[in-house]
Amino acid sequence: MIESQTLPTTYVTQPGAIKTSSGKTLHTDEMIINMGPQHPSTHGVLRLEIVVDGEIINDVIPHIGYLHRCFEKHAEHMTNYQQVIPYCDRMDYVAAMNNDHGYAVAVERLLKIQVPERVEYIRVIMAELQRIASHLIAIGTYGIDAGAFTPFLYCFTDREKILDLFEMTCGARLLYNYIWVGGLSHDIPPKFVDQAKEFCRYFRPRIKQFNDLLTYNEIFVKRTANVGVLPKDVAINYSCSGPMLRGSGVNWDLRRDDPYCIYDRFEWEVQVGKGEVGTVGDCWDRHIVRMREMEQSVNIIEQALSKIPEGNVQAAIPKRIRPDAGEIYVRTETPRGELGYYIISDGTASPYRIKVRAPAFVNLSVLPEISRGAMIADLVLIAGSVDIVLGEVDR
Amino acid sequence: MTPQEIFEDLKQKFGDAILEAKLDAPQPWIRIAENKTNEICRYLRDAERTNFDYMSCLSGVDYNDGKLGVVYHLTSMAQKHKIVLKTVCTKENPHVQSVADVWGTANWHEREAYDLIGIVFDGHPDLRRILLPYDWEGHPLRKDYKVPEFYDGMKVPY
Repeated sequence: MIESQTLPTTYVTQPGAIKTSSGKTLHTDEMIINMGPQHPSTHGVLRLEIVVDGEIINDVIPHIGYLHRCFEKHAEHMTNYQQVIPYCDRMDYVAAMNNDHGYAVAVERLLKIQVPERVEYIRVIMAELQRIASHLIAIGTYGIDAGAFTPFLYCFTDREKILDLFEMTCGARLLYNYIWVGGLSHDIPPKFVDQAKEFCRYFRPRIKQFNDLLTYNEIFVKRTANVGVLPKDVAINYSCSGPMLRGSGVNWDLRRDDPYCIYDRFEWEVQVGKGEVGTVGDCWDRHIVRMREMEQSVNIIEQALSKIPEGNVQAAIPKRIRPDAGEIYVRTETPRGELGYYIISDGTASPYRIKVRAPAFVNLSVLPEISRGAMIADLVLIAGSVDIVLGEVDR
Repeated sequence: MTPQEIFEDLKQKFGDAILEAKLDAPQPWIRIAENKTNEICRYLRDAERTNFDYMSCLSGVDYNDGKLGVVYHLTSMAQKHKIVLKTVCTKENPHVQSVADVWGTANWHEREAYDLIGIVFDGHPDLRRILLPYDWEGHPLRKDYKVPEFYDGMKVPY
């Protein structure tokens, strides 16, 4: 047995030197640990180079690009604006609908066209269903990061139901190519509205169940409260967006603050972190924002389902789109935050330049700021709370 | 503030560094000198009337006439206004002042623009490639880019 007196106990002046109880000073070195690229907690192929002093993290250097396909180069080589959409699907592959939606809105604004009412309603329903599906993955895998396996299975059960709705609409379960410039690839099938309403009725009580299982679980709260605190000013300076920004108490949602589509017709509330169990902007706040956003999405879906008008699902646009020379930056709110498309057109049928402002890319860049001083075990939870999708970080 | 007011404000403060503006475009933009970006952006962020605290996006562009450009999309959360800044440099001397110490988010965006377009940001704390391997040659998003035959002994075109 080791006697308690022989254990190193106190840190003296600077980290890196330890004073034992017998009065000796031991000098320690910083160590570099690699986490990833193949690691279950990095949610994809992300490599984190961690500089540690004992258990304390001094710095984190993310290395990205393992999934880089140069979406932007692909897009420049397409012969038609519509051909870019399948590539948009593959950026944020757990929220493909939202990516397509953002791109379609951007090109439509460049073309200055209006899409039919029915299309707008269906787009909102699909985007919000996708938001729930994406948050379910975020919450489920976050539970695994904290060591709770059961919520993951619950989340995936419910996500299946949403994917079933998508499948009956467009045949695909992950990468849809559904929202096109000027409309949709198909109309919704006749049974869709009833089944979606049924899902909303089913899902509301489930959110409470998730909260009981995970959110207010004592261990989960202990692991996430006061961990990875992202202060408001840092969040804004690093242009964080989505639940990452709102978790820090910034009341900002592009669906309300930079309106696109028809979000201004529905009643819903922007959710922000309030530091209920710890500090404003900690990992728990980011988690609870996602939980509450799912509830708001259900509200929006129910309102949209009850008002969906009859009509055509394709605007009369030419097969080969040629926008006038010009440029536009359009941003939309995906589950991860502000997805911006900066499109430059030179008047031909293929885009001259498309730059994608990927929310996960920007949110990840703040990781070193919020990890310094944390323990190694907490890094897993901090990285998980950012909710990155590497397909989008690397594009 | 309207784009017109922002332009007049900048013109009064920085004079010759404000080169050009298109204020009737759908998204009005102002072109600024490439060696003054840091100073101008810092002013836009700190001045109470402009207060551009949020940089949405920074994009590098190859204009294909020997010019490269950087486009900044700025938003003010407090004032709820937006503006687009542009700056242009030549291909032979692709240097633009970094704004990484004004907005933290610019750090990675500038690394990406350096990686893919080849714009060098003066004053950037850590200008390395970010998406491509560190030993990749050339900048793929330049319009005159030729895809290499081989990379590390592997055939590149598929």
